[in-house]
Amino acid sequence: MFGRILQLLIKELLQFRRDRSARFRLLIPPVIQMLVFGYAATFEVFDVSTAILDQDRTQESRALTAAFVHSSRFRVTLSAATRQQLRDAVERSDAQVGLVIPPGFAELLRKGQTSPVQAVVDGTNSNTALIALGYVGQIAGTFGQDYAQDLARRTGRARGRPLVSVSLEERYWYNPNLNSRWFFVPGVIGSVLLITIVNLSAFAIVREREVGTLEQIMVTPIRPVEFLIGKTLPFFLIGLVEVAITTTVGMLWFQVPFRGSFLVLLAGTSLFLLCVLALGLLISTLCATQQQAFATNFFVLNPMFILSGFSFPIASMPEFLQWLTYLDPLRYFLVIIRATFLKGVGMEILWHQMLALAAIAFGLLAVAVLRFRKSLD
Amino acid sequence: MAAEAAITVDGLVKRFGDFTALDGVSFEVGRGEIMGFLGPNGAGKSTLIRILCGLLRPTAGRAWVAGLDVATDPEGVRQRIGYMSQKFSLYSDLTVAENLRFFGGIYGVPREALDGRVAEAIGIAGLAGRDKALVSTLAGGWKQRLALGAAILHRPSVLFLDEPTSGVDPESRRRFWDLIHDLGAEGVSVLVSTHYMDEAEYCNRIALINRGRLIALGTPHDIKQQAVDGELLAVEAGNFGRALAIVRAAPGVREAAVFGRSLHVVVDSAAARGPEIEARLASQGIAGASARRIDPTMEDSFVRLVGEAPG
Repeated sequence: MFGRILQLLIKELLQFRRDRSARFRLLIPPVIQMLVFGYAATFEVFDVSTAILDQDRTQESRALTAAFVHSSRFRVTLSAATRQQLRDAVERSDAQVGLVIPPGFAELLRKGQTSPVQAVVDGTNSNTALIALGYVGQIAGTFGQDYAQDLARRTGRARGRPLVSVSLEERYWYNPNLNSRWFFVPGVIGSVLLITIVNLSAFAIVREREVGTLEQIMVTPIRPVEFLIGKTLPFFLIGLVEVAITTTVGMLWFQVPFRGSFLVLLAGTSLFLLCVLALGLLISTLCATQQQAFATNFFVLNPMFILSGFSFPIASMPEFLQWLTYLDPLRYFLVIIRATFLKGVGMEILWHQMLALAAIAFGLLAVAVLRFRKSLD
Repeated sequence: MAAEAAITVDGLVKRFGDFTALDGVSFEVGRGEIMGFLGPNGAGKSTLIRILCGLLRPTAGRAWVAGLDVATDPEGVRQRIGYMSQKFSLYSDLTVAENLRFFGGIYGVPREALDGRVAEAIGIAGLAGRDKALVSTLAGGWKQRLALGAAILHRPSVLFLDEPTSGVDPESRRRFWDLIHDLGAEGVSVLVSTHYMDEAEYCNRIALINRGRLIALGTPHDIKQQAVDGELLAVEAGNFGRALAIVRAAPGVREAAVFGRSLHVVVDSAAARGPEIEARLASQGIAGASARRIDPTMEDSFVRLVGEAPG
């Protein structure tokens, strides 16, 4: 039995060594994905293009405008003269935020009253819009507070509000600066692993079926299980190497701290790889050609990615979809990899996830092996 | 019951849903015998071979290969058989030697014997000195002989060849059949399917199969005699359609059919009816017609028995 598996491994190795593009496909895309995600995937919002329509034209309105100009969050691209100009700028996407300071803005302030300012936000990208609006509120709030203090001081508290304020001291554990990169880089390691290994293993078996070599192998005394082990073991090893490389890039290049144990990560990765290989195998039993496998992979992997909590919080999903996420191995692996990177916790916390991965792996492998046997008939 | 025969097939049935691919097929193949399976595409040839290799489970009936029941001991059967599929199925991105070593290893050829067997297979394929060539660079005839070499690395006692010569040039086909005869002489039983009628003549015995049923079984000579009841005339004449009608109405004619560029006519006596038919055609305005006696070919028998041309 081991002799035949060894023969298959040697054969896979020979084919791999001969296929220059395979080596490229294995190493370069994961690293490129790491770099792209590491730099591009961020929830932070800087330099929001802003148009300001100042209908008040007072010292106060100019001071508020200046507060926006000097903030690193906003870049004032247009001083609009009319409402129409402001509207056009948002329409043309020249400005994502339009700020209208209405006539009488300063007058109300001077009386110590609340003075409205209108913010128009381009809601097409709801995420950016929400974050930008938060910054608008922050800047306007600070401005208002400063003005009230100043006014109170100047008028001997005749106008202006009494100065009672609560100051909130925020502490973000595990990622004190809320660095998006720290959140995304471990996630990318997981999703890259999912995509490459499912693709590789599904294609590898479908290719043998398509070319006819599968049939030639199946008339030898080899058992289906031996074939499957010999065929998937290389991808298991490749998966481990890929995690090692992407983890190294994450730690050294992106400076994401790794606080946990490599052994815990190895255990989680191994269980996750079993799930992923079983999934690739299952897909290969459903497909007769590599083209079908390609389409099926796309259909399966995209929802897995979205339901994993990679970037969309699972808690905000409808209840039905939340239940579905429990079937998604990537969900558990992301918890494990983020926790080993950032929290540094071990098995005592992560055993739930490990157990879930083991159960999914067992279920998928059982179905895949049964289906593979049947697909030979 | 399967002690003597290399292959024993008893009432084999295979259904795929509503489609019956094999409908109660029975036969035996002796040791060292070369048995040809002849039939149109979709007749059930490949299905039969795949069942005997243990790749498919029969719906009903039993089969023994090399003395083992294919249903209960498919692994034992696979250890004793060689199989070459319709489609070339070695790894094109491996070299000649790498392919042979791989399949030898999978078959469990002992390490000390492997080098010798690989060299032997390379010799059979006529690829001496090219053992480091990638299989993708080989021409069709070489590939096919290499596939045969790979299929007999483990010295199987039974060899299954599923249309092994499709898409190969005639010279390579001839060399391939020489190899098969060598194997038969060494005691290997060979079951080969083909749709080349001329190749059927190379076999010791032939089974004609159509729509999942065995419709004739015997030596090439027997089958031809069996199929053509009488003597055969080839009639060449202009105006085929009319000539066919005239010939069919002539006395002593049992059957007439268009065959390529002539009419093949079965008559009770070729010597008597030939001149008669020539005269009859001439008198009805078809000049220059000729009728001569020919030996029935496998194709004649096939058309007679199956009622359609082989494909």
